[in-house]
Formats: sequence, C-alpha cells, structure tokens
Amino acid sequence: MSVMAVAIARRRSSGASWVGLAALAVALLALLPLGFIVAVTAQTDLATILALVFRPRVGELLINTMLLVALSVPLCTVLAIGLAWATERSDLPGAPLWSVLAVAPLAVPAFVHGYAWVTLVPALHGLPAAVLVSVVAYFAFLYLPIAAALRRLDPALEDIAASLGLAPWQVFIRVVMPQLRLAICGGSLLVGLHLLAEYGLYGMIRFDTFTTAIIDQFQSAYNGPAANMLAGVLVLCCLVLLGTEARARGRERYARVGSGAARIVPRRRLGRLTGPCLALLALITMLTLGVPVITLARWLWAGGMGVWRLAEIGPALGQTVLLAAAGGVAATLAALPMAWLSIRAPGKLQRALEGCNYIVGALPGVVIALALVTITVRVALPIYQTIVTIILAYVLMFLPRAMLSQRASIAQAPRELEQVAGSLGRSPARAVWSVTVRLAAPGAAAGMALVALGITNELTATMMLAPSGTQTLATAFWAYGSELDYAAAAPYALIMMLFSLPLVWLLHAQSRRAAGR
Amino acid sequence: MKFALFSLAGATAFAVVLFASPAAAPAQPAAGAITVYNAQHASLTKAWAEAFTRATGITLTIRNGDDTELANQLAQEGAASPADVFLTENSPAMALVDRARLLAPLPADLLAQVPEGFRPSSGRWVAIAARSTVFAYNKSMLKPDELPKSLMDLADPKWKGRWAASPGADFQAIASALLELRGAPATLAWLKAMKTNATIYRGNGAALKAVNAGEIPGALIYHYYWFGDQANTGENSGNAALYYFRKQDPGAFVSMSGGGVLASSKHQVQAIAFIKWITGKGGQDILRTGTSFEYAVGNAAHSNPKLVPLADLQAPKIDPTHLNSKQVTDLMTQAGLL
Repeated sequence: MSVMAVAIARRRSSGASWVGLAALAVALLALLPLGFIVAVTAQTDLATILALVFRPRVGELLINTMLLVALSVPLCTVLAIGLAWATERSDLPGAPLWSVLAVAPLAVPAFVHGYAWVTLVPALHGLPAAVLVSVVAYFAFLYLPIAAALRRLDPALEDIAASLGLAPWQVFIRVVMPQLRLAICGGSLLVGLHLLAEYGLYGMIRFDTFTTAIIDQFQSAYNGPAANMLAGVLVLCCLVLLGTEARARGRERYARVGSGAARIVPRRRLGRLTGPCLALLALITMLTLGVPVITLARWLWAGGMGVWRLAEIGPALGQTVLLAAAGGVAATLAALPMAWLSIRAPGKLQRALEGCNYIVGALPGVVIALALVTITVRVALPIYQTIVTIILAYVLMFLPRAMLSQRASIAQAPRELEQVAGSLGRSPARAVWSVTVRLAAPGAAAGMALVALGITNELTATMMLAPSGTQTLATAFWAYGSELDYAAAAPYALIMMLFSLPLVWLLHAQSRRAAGR
Repeated sequence: MKFALFSLAGATAFAVVLFASPAAAPAQPAAGAITVYNAQHASLTKAWAEAFTRATGITLTIRNGDDTELANQLAQEGAASPADVFLTENSPAMALVDRARLLAPLPADLLAQVPEGFRPSSGRWVAIAARSTVFAYNKSMLKPDELPKSLMDLADPKWKGRWAASPGADFQAIASALLELRGAPATLAWLKAMKTNATIYRGNGAALKAVNAGEIPGALIYHYYWFGDQANTGENSGNAALYYFRKQDPGAFVSMSGGGVLASSKHQVQAIAFIKWITGKGGQDILRTGTSFEYAVGNAAHSNPKLVPLADLQAPKIDPTHLNSKQVTDLMTQAGLL
C-alpha cells in the first residue's frame, strides 16, 4: 500500500491517494472468495481433505471437465477460424450478414441452448452432447477476436511470403496463423472459463462437471466440506487455465511497424466453392441459431397464450431489471478507482491488484456464491440473504467487464484536456467532471450494459444468494425447465434473448471499431 | 459510435425506470408476513399459500430450495434464521432440523389433526402430505414377471444399465429408509451397486420421461410424477406403468412431507396457523383436488381417488425421527453418487 500511496503522492495531489485506497479496498474485497477457499482448506483437517479430494468421483469429474475443455476449445477454434476467414477474407456473398449471424448465438444464454437441444433430442446427454452444445453456445467468443484480428492484418507480409514461393495454404499456416495467436489465446481462455463455470447447460443435458457437482452437494448439504473441497479443485482448474493461456500467449509483439497505412486486404475468390461454403454456413447457422429459435417458437406455439402468466412474468422481469441495474451501477463504481489508476498512475502494485480482480472475475459464480453464503451466515449476518450480498457477488463476478470498458474510455480522455480546463479557471474537480467524465461516460455506460446483461442471464449465484421470494427470469426459467414444463419456461427464455440482443450488437460493433473499420 | 453507445445506455436506463418501479424490492418481506423455507414442490406450496392468504389475510414470503439444502441452511443460521416455517418433501430434513433443536413444539390440537403414525414422538413437526416409492417401468420393455421383487434386486448385475434414478432429496429419503431398515454396510453396498447399475437423471420427472421414451426400462421414483403427467397430457407417461414393491420392502417406503415452526420465529402465532391450516381441511383438500397427487394425511382426509389407497401400500413401519440424512449424504458421497 505504502508503495502505491507514495507513487501516487508523487504524481498527484493527496486526492489521488483516496482513489488508491478505494482501489485497494475493492481489490481486497475481490480476494474474499479466494481467501475463503484457502481458509476453509486450512481449517479442515488433512484426513477429511484427502478423503474428499482424492476419491474416484473427483477423478471422474476431473476427466469430464478436462475432456470437455480439451475437445470443445479446439473445435471452437477451428470453427471460428473457418468462419472468420470466410466472412473477412473471401468474396462470400452477404459476408457482413454472415458475420452478424456468427455472433448472434451469444444472444442465447447457454442454458437456453441446452434447453433447446434437449427438448429437440431428449436422449441427448453425456460428453458428445456437452461438446456439441458447448461449441454451438460459445464459439462466437473465439470468432469475434479472430475476425477482428484478420481484418487488421497487413497483407504485405502475406504478399512477401507468396512471392517467396509459398502456396496460399502455407501462407495461411505460416504467416497468418501466428499473427492470430493472441486472439486465439484470449478467446480460448474465455471459452474455457465459461465451460468450467456453466451449470444450466450441463444440468440440462446431464453431463457432470465440477460446477454441477458442487450444486448437487450444495443442494444436499448446503455449504458442507465436500462442496467446499470441490470448489477448491475447481479454482485450481481455473488457475491452470489462466496460467496455460499466459504461457501460450508468449512474449512476442505483433505490431505493424513502418510508415504508411496497411492496404485493405483483398478478398480471395471462392469461385466454384461458393455454393458449398454457403451451404456449410447455412448449416452452422441452423445449429447455432435455428435450433434455439425454432424450438422456442415451437414451445411458445404449443403453450399458446396460457404460458404468458403475466402475474409471474411481470415481477420476475421487474426483479431482474432491478438486480441488473443495481449490479451494473455497483460494478461500474467499484471498477472506477482501479480503472483510473491503471491509466493515470500505473505501477507494479497497482498492476498486481488489478490482476486480482481479473482472477476473481474468472472464478465460476458457484464458487463466489459458496464463499459469500458461508461468510455472510457466519460473520456478516445483517447482510445475509439481502440484496447487498447478491449485488456484491455480481460485482465480483463482472468487475472485469466494467473495468475493461472504463479503462479504454479513460485512456481516450487525455490529461492535457483537464489541464487546459484548469488553465481556463476550472477547479481540478470540475475539470475532471466537465472533461474526463463526459468523455469516459459512453465507455462506462457500455461496460454497465455488459454487466447488466451478464446479471440478466446469471443463474447459480442468484439461486444461492438472492433474498427469499426473489424470482428472476433465469431462476424462473430454470424452475420450469427442471419440472419439464418446457412451454412455461419459453417466455422467460424469449425475454432473456431479447434483452441480450443489444449485447451482441455492442460486441459486434466494438470488434469492428477495434479493427478501425 | 459514441452516440450509439449513449443511446444504448439511455435505453437501458429507460427500461430500468420503466420496469423496476412496480415489481421491485424483493429484499424485505412486508411487515407481519411470515417467511417459509419451502422444499415442497413450488407449485403445491404456492397453492397452499395463496389459499391461506385468502382465508386469513396473512401474507407469506417463500424461499424455495431442496430438503437437505434448506435443513442444513437452517442449522447454520441457528437462532438468527429469518425463517418462520419449514416445509419439506421428505422427513429426514425435518429430523435434521429437529435434532439441531431449532423447532418449536406444536400445540396438541394441531398435532391431533393427523393420525398418530404421521407425527413424530417429539411433537415438534407434523406430516403435511405423503408420497410412495414406486418403480416406473416401460410397458413394452419389461413384462410384469421381469420386475424386481425387492428394491434390493436393483443392485444385481443383471439390472446394470436398466434402471434410472435421480439422487436428489427424494431419493435420499428412500436411501435413508434403506439405511434404517438394513443398516449402513448393506446400504453402502447397495449404493455402490447403484453407482454401477443406474443411469442418473436430474429429477424424477426426467427419469420418468426417459422410461416413457424407452431410453431405459425402469426408474425408482415417487408415485405422483406419473399421476401428474397422466392428468396433464400423458405425453411423458403413456408408455409407462407403476409397480409398487409392497410387502414392507424398503422399496415400499412411504415418505412423509413435514411441516414445522422454527423456535426462533418472531411470528409463532401466524406460523402455527399456517401449519394448522395445511393439515386441516383447507390444505388437505388441495391435495385431493389439486395437481400435486400427493397423499393427504389429515384425519378422515381423502386423497385423490385415482391413487392406490395408502393403506394398501404395505409400507414398512419406520419412525421418521430415526431417518438420518447426514449419514445418507456421506454414504452417497462415499459411493461416488455425489
């Protein structure tokens, strides 16, 4: 702390150290779940730990989880690269439309994907089904960065490689692929973390992962030692994934140097392959969008007006919006100090603390909820089962979303503008308010929207932490889905999808903007 | 682009203002309301709660969860629990809370509303409904003479891959009866055989649906899932029939759903009134006429006439206070089912 305080004091007036303190407080709060896991493990005697961790069931779950990640992530990558190439580098008819359609599956919450598939093919279960639905639900997380990177590449490198005698496919493997490395690593990490954290999807298609097993234990024994130990192993899995990504990312820089601007990449002609390519894309879109949309339409049709129980849907919608708005505002406020520091006063300690926030953001909701349940019931009873606790869980889970958006937008507001405002007679506070805040507001608002939409589709933490009597769109959907009343669940799924559409639009627009086009 | 983001943020804020106002504030129950920790089927408790509120004007806040989840939660919360009433699907969860000394004694006139077998000797909770264990089977995959004679038969290798179960609270109650009747070593051996033999589904309804679809010949579930689906469209049960083990077999176990009042409740009068209403005519009539198809347990209360009468089920006699959910969870964790 003192290091940072000194560093900040040197740069700015004492006001900045309050920012540092606030950032430190948020970072420490974010460490609660990790601290909880460590504390619980330390309190449990070794024999119990060994009995609960080293048992066949944990091995089974570990194999399930590892196979899921090891199969889904490469499949997602291959699919994403293929699609990204087709939409960005070929003369595919209607490429911009296909590009939107490739991202659109993100508007369907993962558990709605699971619901759609399991109601279409009721016998679907186990690893193959889990991999299929995971790829369908998550490959867009890889498509987005890969497409953005492809759009941005300087074709000169490829031209040189071709002039040196490489065939087009060799150019792709040896020149283009290495430049996609960062995009592939980042996207794979995102997909992998989602695979570890998802409950609803795998619950629907009967595939056991650590997250589903923790929920099963929780539903049998509340926050018993078995659930906590499973959570510990799950946290280790997440850390392994983070470490693998950091290692795979490497230290190479991928930047275009030299004067002038990169040429716009020419699109390759598909020629006779146009037909098959279109057919393949249509098939993929059918699987990723067609299945959920058609299934949902079928259930809504079968349910008729009877499933629109407005007396239930209205309050669920209201509570969801309330939680999403409160969580969005809270996460934005919590992210502000660290985002500010990372631009205005970066330093070693600041970077370490910022890293903590990202690690906790990578933890599954079930781990964070388990930690908060135990902490509140044991030492913080006044906030137990109140809206405060669930909002805190949302803040911890979605802090990185808010932080990244704010950091980018604060960086776009140069300090010099504040100094100009100061020279024109504004007090420092007013200068910040009238210049930087106004410039950074759109980014912060976008981050807030991302958090709010994350909360709208959140299931596990909401089930475990929300105040008595709370019913959100996601929990209501899940309750009906578990009772196999698929028609009654359909309206909730539809509303969640409609809410998520702006998210998709935003992500798509952002990735275009990142590419400068 | 910036303009677009602004308008998006504006639209979000507008939506917030639009929707948040009427239905907001889930945080605190209204004054005088009682909080119910409910592990019973959400739809049944909702029907009870709405009718009770109509009759008495007392409003309820319901927290839904699973039997042992809520029971362990109550044990953790101790005297600080916000709950006034606890309703379960099965009695082991109730026994757990009772053993933790968290339940208030119920008045004699309330206890007298159900026959003697439907209340524990402690008098601190009471049965509110009952359900029977059954073996649901696909009529074209199993002939009547191929059915298991006893629950114990399902551990036999010849049943490998041929029966389903959902190891949630309902199953755990059945396992606790097995534990009480046959002891821990036999139960663990049976659970380990189940780990090998049984296909695991999430929920009894899903298991029944799989039986109906011919994915698996049979499933160990409770009776009312079949009746409920028959009364609905029958699309998940038309090919399935129910087999009752009878003969005091562990598989003939009849599980009591319990209701109790927390000793820490600050609304004892209203909480007791609710349990009294459920075990009285109003609550028991909902069991007969509603869609739950659970057995009624009140004195002279009639269950839905479509059900096999409780008296004909030849259930084993078990003192519900002896059912031990903690040991069952531990044994199931040991067997790798959890």
